[in-house]
Amino acid sequence: MTRIVVGPFNRVEGDLEVTLEVEEGAVRSAQVNSPLFRGFEQILDGKAPLDALVLVPRICGICSVAQSAAAAQALAHAMRVDPPENGRLAANLTLAAENLADHLTHFYLFFMPDFARRQYAKRRWFPLVERRFQAMRGTASTDALGARAYFLELMGILAGKWPHTLAVQPGGSSRPVQPAEKVQLFVLLRAFRNFLQRVVFGDELERIAAIDGQAALDAWREERPAQASDFRLFLEIAADLELSRLGRATDVFLSYGAYRQGATACFAPGVFDGALHELEEPAISEDVSHAWLAADVPRHPAEGTTRPAPDKPGAYSWCKAPRLAGRVVEVGALARQVVNGHPLARDLVFRAGGNVFSRVAARLLELALVVPEMERWVMSLEPGAPFCVSGEEPDEASGAGMVEAARGSLGHWLVVRRGRIHGYQIIAPTTWNFSPRDADGRPGALEQALVGTPAGEGEAELAVQHVVRSFDPCMVCTVH
Amino acid sequence: MRPLNVVWVQSGGCGGCTMSLLSSPVRDPLGTLADAGLNLLWHPSLSEATGAEVLAILNACASGETPLDVLCVEGAVLRGPNGTGRFHVLSGTGQPMMQWVRRLAQRASRVVAVGTCAAYGGMTSAGANPADACGLQYDGDTPGGLLGVSWRDHFGLPVINVAGCPTHPAWVMDTLVAMALGTFGVADLDALGRPRSYADQLVHHGCPRNEFYEFKASAERPSHLGCLMENMGCKATQAHADCNTRLWNGSGSCLRGGYACINCTAPGFEEPGHAFALTPKIAGIPIGLPTDMPKAWFVALAALSKSATPRRVRENATADHIVVPPPIRPAGRK
Repeated sequence: MTRIVVGPFNRVEGDLEVTLEVEEGAVRSAQVNSPLFRGFEQILDGKAPLDALVLVPRICGICSVAQSAAAAQALAHAMRVDPPENGRLAANLTLAAENLADHLTHFYLFFMPDFARRQYAKRRWFPLVERRFQAMRGTASTDALGARAYFLELMGILAGKWPHTLAVQPGGSSRPVQPAEKVQLFVLLRAFRNFLQRVVFGDELERIAAIDGQAALDAWREERPAQASDFRLFLEIAADLELSRLGRATDVFLSYGAYRQGATACFAPGVFDGALHELEEPAISEDVSHAWLAADVPRHPAEGTTRPAPDKPGAYSWCKAPRLAGRVVEVGALARQVVNGHPLARDLVFRAGGNVFSRVAARLLELALVVPEMERWVMSLEPGAPFCVSGEEPDEASGAGMVEAARGSLGHWLVVRRGRIHGYQIIAPTTWNFSPRDADGRPGALEQALVGTPAGEGEAELAVQHVVRSFDPCMVCTVH
Repeated sequence: MRPLNVVWVQSGGCGGCTMSLLSSPVRDPLGTLADAGLNLLWHPSLSEATGAEVLAILNACASGETPLDVLCVEGAVLRGPNGTGRFHVLSGTGQPMMQWVRRLAQRASRVVAVGTCAAYGGMTSAGANPADACGLQYDGDTPGGLLGVSWRDHFGLPVINVAGCPTHPAWVMDTLVAMALGTFGVADLDALGRPRSYADQLVHHGCPRNEFYEFKASAERPSHLGCLMENMGCKATQAHADCNTRLWNGSGSCLRGGYACINCTAPGFEEPGHAFALTPKIAGIPIGLPTDMPKAWFVALAALSKSATPRRVRENATADHIVVPPPIRPAGRK
C-alpha cells in the first residue's frame, strides 16, 4: 500500500489536499483536507445583524451572491419580512446568473482542461480537445470568458457589481429595475442563450432540456459529429473513457429547493435515495470528530459552535462533517435535478448513480433549463411596483436561510440576542460533499467517491482529478 | 524583451479578485496579459499544472532558478494560530502559506497585493481576527504586515496594493500591463501603496445620484433613488477609487446598485465602528463628511441646498422610480 498526498490541487476554488491510500493500482481509501481556516462564524459574532450582508458574500468570490441570498433569507426570517414580487424575481435572477456563470466556469476552466493533458494524446478525440480546451491556450477559454463577462453584465444592472453585492436585501432588492433596463436584461439573456445554443450545445436549449433519458441522449449524440459542439465533444470523451463508471458516492441526494416562485420553488426541495422524501431540516447536524475543532457532540447548526483546536489528535481537516439523519449526502446540480425529478437526471442516476459523467451533464442541463426561466422572470418584472420592503432589525430572534448555490445546498443559521449576532453557522455545499469522516468513521461523499478510482501513471494519474473536479468544489466556502 | 514571469498565489481570501479579473470587459483577459508580455507561470484557477508539477514551479521560483518577475498574492496572510501560520498550510507541501509567500516575495522582482485582504488584511481580519490575518506590508493601517516596513522590491518599490473588495479587473490589468511596458514606478503609488491610476479618484466622481447629493435629497431605505450619504452609510465622498467612472460589469457600481460605498479600498474598512449601512451622526449631522471640505461650510451649504431642493428631486429621492419627471422647456424657437 502506498500513500499519496495530492496537492496543491488547482482548478478548484480555493485550496484542497487529498491523501490517498493506493493498492494494486486503485484508491483503497481517501482523506480530504480543507486546509484553510479563516473563522467567518467568529468574525460575525457580536456584529449588527444586517452587517452579515456585507460580511458573508466575502466568504467566497465565486458563490458570493449565494452567500448573500442565504443571509438575506435568514435575516428576512428573523425580521419577519417577505420581499415583494419584484424583489423575489430580482433575487432569483442574481442567484441564477451567478449559478450559471459558475457552471460555465467549471466546465470550461476547471473540468475540461484535464482531457487536454498529454496522458490522453493517443485518444482519437485528443487533437480536437487539445485545440479547444488546453488550459489557458485552448480556444474555448476565450469564448467562455467573453460570453461569461457579457452575461455578468446582468449583475451590473441588478446588483451593482459581482462579486460582493449589497443589493440582495431581506426585504427584496436595493436596485429597482427601470423600464429600459428590463429590455437590456432581456437582450443580455438572449445573447447568452445564443452563445449556449451555438457554442455549448449546438442545439436549442428547449431541445436539450427535453432529453429525457440515456437513450434520448445517445440518439442526440449519434445525430451529430464530435466537433458539433462542446457538449457533444464532452459526450464523446465521456463515452470513450466511461466517465459514468467513475466517482460514485452515496447516491443520497439533497436539495433545499431553488428559485422561489410564490409558495413553491422552480426546483423543488427534498431528498432522493431511489425514492423521494421530504427534507427534514431538524435532522441536519454537524459532527466535528475529525476536524481541528474543539470536541463536541453532533449539533444542529442553530446550536453549533466553531472553536479551533489545531492540535486535536485524529483530526485531518478544518471541515466539519454535516449529516442528514446521520447519512452522508451529495449536493449539487445533479442532486437538484434528481430531487426535482428531471427525467434525464433520474435516468442517469438510476443506471449508474452519481458519477463524474452525471454530475457534469446535470450542470450543463441546468444551463439549458434555467436560461428560459430567467427570460420569463425578466419579462415578469414590473418597473414602478416595489422592489423592497423595510423591516426592523430584530433584538431577539433566530432565522435560517436555505438556498441552492451552483454547487448545491447552502444554509445559514442565525441567532440574534440583544440586537447583536449571537450565533451564525454556515453549511456550504462543499462542506457536505467534502466532509471528513464522522464519529462512526463514515467517510464523506468525495472520500467514498474516490474509493476504487484508478491511481498510477499515465491516464490513471488523471482519474482522481476527474472525480474531485466533478463535484466542482468550492474550498473557500467549505470551511469559511 | 523577455516576457515577465508571473506567479499568482491565493492565500487567506475568498478568490473573488480572480473572479473579478475573469469578468474583465476586455473579454479575453488571459490573451491580453500574454499579449502584453506577461507569462503566467501558474495561477491556481487557470493552470494545467497540478500537485508535484506546481511544487516544481514554486520551488524553482523560490530558489531563484526560474526568474520570478511578478508575484501576485490574493488573500490575507494568516499568521495564526500563535504565529505558526497553520490556519493555511499550502496543500501538498506541509508548509504554511505564510512561509511560501515570504520565500517567494524575497525572490520576486515585484510584488502585487491583489485586493484589500492581501494589501491590508481586509475582511479576513475583521472582528476578533480569529486567523490573525494581515496584509503583505500592512496590518490594517499600520505599516509592517508580513514583509515589514522596510521591504522593497528590486526596483525600490514597496508592495503594490491593488486594493478593493473585490478589486476592479481594470485596476489589476492596468497595473500588470504597465509593469510589462516598464512604465510603472514609485511615483505611480499613493501613500498607502495603491496605484494612483485609480486611487487619485473618489468614488463620488461620476455618481449618477449627484443631483440628489447636491440638494441633500436622501434615500431613507434600500431601493430609494436618493443620495445614500446622509442615511445609508455611503462613503463615496471619502473613498479612493474610480468606480463611477470606470464601471463594474458593464454599467454597475455599488451606488448604482442602490447601496452604500463602504470604502473597500481603504485599510480598516472592514471595521468602520458603525453598522455598514447606517450613517453615524452627531446632532443629526453625518460625521463622515468629505475629507477636504471645512465642516462649517458643508453644514451651511447643506442647509441652503436643502431649502432650495426642487420638488422633483425631493420626491424622487424617496421613491424607487421617477415619480416627478423633469419639466420640459422649449429648446429653441421655430
